[in-house]
Amino acid sequence: MTLPFDTAPKFQDYARPEMLVSTDWVAEHLGDPGLAVAESDEDVLLYETGHIPLAVKLDWHTELNDPVTRDYVDGAGFARLMSEKGISRDTTLVLYGDRNNWWAAYALWVATLFGHPDVRLLDGGRAKWIAEDRPLSTDTPNRRQTDYPVVERDDAPIRAFRDEVQAHLGQPMIDVRSPGEYSGELLHMPDYPQEGALRGGHIPGARNVPWARAAAEDATFRPRKELEAIYGGEAGLSPADDVIVYCRIGERSSHTWFVLHHLLGYPAVRNYDGSWTEWGNSVRVPITRGDKP
Amino acid sequence: MTATLNPRLQDIVDEFGAVPGQQKLQLLLEFSDELPPLPARYAEHRDRLEPVPECQTPLFLAVEVADDGTAHLFFDAPPEAPTTRGFAGILATGLDGLSAQEILATPAEFTTQLGLSDLVSPLRLRGMAAMLARIKRQIQQQQAAAAT
Repeated sequence: MTLPFDTAPKFQDYARPEMLVSTDWVAEHLGDPGLAVAESDEDVLLYETGHIPLAVKLDWHTELNDPVTRDYVDGAGFARLMSEKGISRDTTLVLYGDRNNWWAAYALWVATLFGHPDVRLLDGGRAKWIAEDRPLSTDTPNRRQTDYPVVERDDAPIRAFRDEVQAHLGQPMIDVRSPGEYSGELLHMPDYPQEGALRGGHIPGARNVPWARAAAEDATFRPRKELEAIYGGEAGLSPADDVIVYCRIGERSSHTWFVLHHLLGYPAVRNYDGSWTEWGNSVRVPITRGDKP
Repeated sequence: MTATLNPRLQDIVDEFGAVPGQQKLQLLLEFSDELPPLPARYAEHRDRLEPVPECQTPLFLAVEVADDGTAHLFFDAPPEAPTTRGFAGILATGLDGLSAQEILATPAEFTTQLGLSDLVSPLRLRGMAAMLARIKRQIQQQQAAAAT
């Protein structure tokens, strides 16, 4: 059962308005059968301090990643995870989280690898919900276990691997990291030195559009016109392009992937989740330093 | 072989060892909630605190070695970073007020004994090891300065 779409006027301008819901919409539909709200944060304890009532927790690090191989869980693993969370294949899954929805967008992208039919993002995420003084709960919701089917992951449409990125050199790529990481001055994101790389710089030809350009101050997405000016105007992308986006480990670029694919409607956008922690540690791959593509 | 922990830190390790999976997170949250606020001399002068950028959310700390050789620890991390606060709370509860020598003797790998690797991820745990390393370094610097 699919819940109604959010008809908020702002969303109707986007290519796929059904991919977003507002805080008002979530407040109105909380507890509806067929809806699951899941919080996905950078801080693994933030959910425990209080979350949207009835929301379940979905941790990128300990749940969506395979514990051994650097990869996501497989079809059986995802089915098990969704079943434990009380999410069915026909559940409307609404994701939200801290840090401008980075991890929520990442979780949405992973759910898309498994083709979950109806998954949406709460515009503005956790910050907006709290800024509006909406209720938080520390109760663990009691969702009945489901029997989520095993669906094999389909990486090809939205996920790029290193070899594919090498074959893509010369075609449109967006590096969504900070200017310091892009130029090679910084080997890691400011304040995140533990996920560094041996080499600094960017993939040749990639343009630098930091992910935050797409976010307004209240953590919501900027209106479509502004997004078009940034990605179409400044970065010179066009919807006909085959685009690869990357960052450091693929989470910030999930945010940009969401913007390009769902909000602007570009059909061919892939997220390179190996990102700089793979490229910047790889032997003999080309690297460009400095602030030019 | 595991190096010996001071009794207070050992109690904390035992406490974590005594509760199953998800309850360890609740315990970590309690340490986060109980982290004492900064005294005014730091709250009003945050520039006197040392940043610990290895934590996912930056944490700030200060160490004071008193004339009697005991060391006092001060931490600052925002409420929206409960994991980082929880790590700081463990170190505050386990080390604050001990002698500088006891703190310096704390094995760096004690953070792996809390059973949090699977729940929190080893990457996030590195933040706590980094805090401990900086605390030790501050103590050594202050001892060196006092000796000259």
